[in-house]
Amino acid sequence: MGAFALTTLTQCFTKKKDEGKRLYETHCQSCHMDDGSGLKSLIPPLAQADYLQTQRDQLPCIIRHGMDGSIVVNGVEYNKEMPGVEHLRVDHITNLLNYIQTNFGNDNPRYTMQEVEELLEACPPTR
Amino acid sequence: MSKRNSISLKNGLTAAALALAATAFYGCDNSTAQNSLPIYGEREPVERTVDGKTVIDTIYHQIPDFAFVDQDSQRVTQETVAGKVYVTDFFFTSCPTICPKMKTQMLRVYEAYKDNPNVVLLSHSIDPAHDTVAVLKDYADRLGVETAKWHLLTGDKDSIYTMAEAYLAAAQEDEGAEGGFSHSGDFYLIDQQRRIRGHYNGTEEEDVDRLIRDIPLLLNEKKDEK
Ligand code: HEC
Repeated sequence: MGAFALTTLTQCFTKKKDEGKRLYETHCQSCHMDDGSGLKSLIPPLAQADYLQTQRDQLPCIIRHGMDGSIVVNGVEYNKEMPGVEHLRVDHITNLLNYIQTNFGNDNPRYTMQEVEELLEACPPTR
Repeated sequence: MSKRNSISLKNGLTAAALALAATAFYGCDNSTAQNSLPIYGEREPVERTVDGKTVIDTIYHQIPDFAFVDQDSQRVTQETVAGKVYVTDFFFTSCPTICPKMKTQMLRVYEAYKDNPNVVLLSHSIDPAHDTVAVLKDYADRLGVETAKWHLLTGDKDSIYTMAEAYLAAAQEDEGAEGGFSHSGDFYLIDQQRRIRGHYNGTEEEDVDRLIRDIPLLLNEKKDEK
């Protein structure tokens, strides 16, 4: 019985812990690739991207509304539209960003949900 | 997930029929060595008389003539691929789903045969209204590819969709699909006589490895015939 409870508990935790990864696979991986490497000069990398550090405060809104126009990541220019994912909740965005900031060789500070909530105030959902 | 690789029922059936035909073909052709590739598509036996005797020839499904324009505004036709082996696919530059992966994999084929003038790559845009020569040029430059090896094609939309059918590929406008078009992520391997000799899942590394290994079989076939 105890063992059972323990398994359920760990499963629960594992699932939570994996949410960022799952969201990444669903919404981002097709473009940014399994390893966050992007695609040549068409799609910027997330792996060891300076942008994740320099534009940290913009990232929640980029996920919500997408982005376009010319940007420079690790010295390379990119200019292509990225779609946003409007329906993601603040906790989803937090987990997703934390996944990106701590994977693909990245070791950047994590976000708290409160921080993401504040940053999202700059870009309320359009619907 | 299923939405990403969505294939219409009709095309799905074509694919199934194709697979079946290929299996049937294999079934009665055990003599061929393992290292030769099947010939896909419909075949038609044609009788003709030679010296009073009836001979049966097989006419294979052949990719029809075509005329499109590439990222350098050059006309690309069946002449461009005459006597060459080519790999082809269908994509669009603003595709949010499987295309970036397909392009990553096509780049591997590109790299593997970069220095072989007998191998060419043709990528058709299924959104030619948006994917103009200028858009394709920018895309190709950003991919870092040479036109002579890898032509990104645009042109008359109906002709492109008709060609997709000739390659037994799935491609269609679909408002419900992300990006507005649904298509399969397959790569097709075409021989020197413009016959379909293989199809591969262009989003899967292992399948593309198989494609890279299959190309020399066709290149050598040409030599053997001489
Ligand atoms: C349709 C392809 C596509 C999808 C899907 C996509 N992106 Fe992007 N992403 C891009 C492109 C293209 C850019 C560059 C935008 C520009 O040029 O303005 C970009 C830029 C970025 C950037 C800033 C530059 C960098 O590389 O650090 C981040 C961060 C990012 N994307 C994260 C994500 C996340 C997280 C998701 C999933 C929610 C996602 N992207 C989904 C194509 C995509």
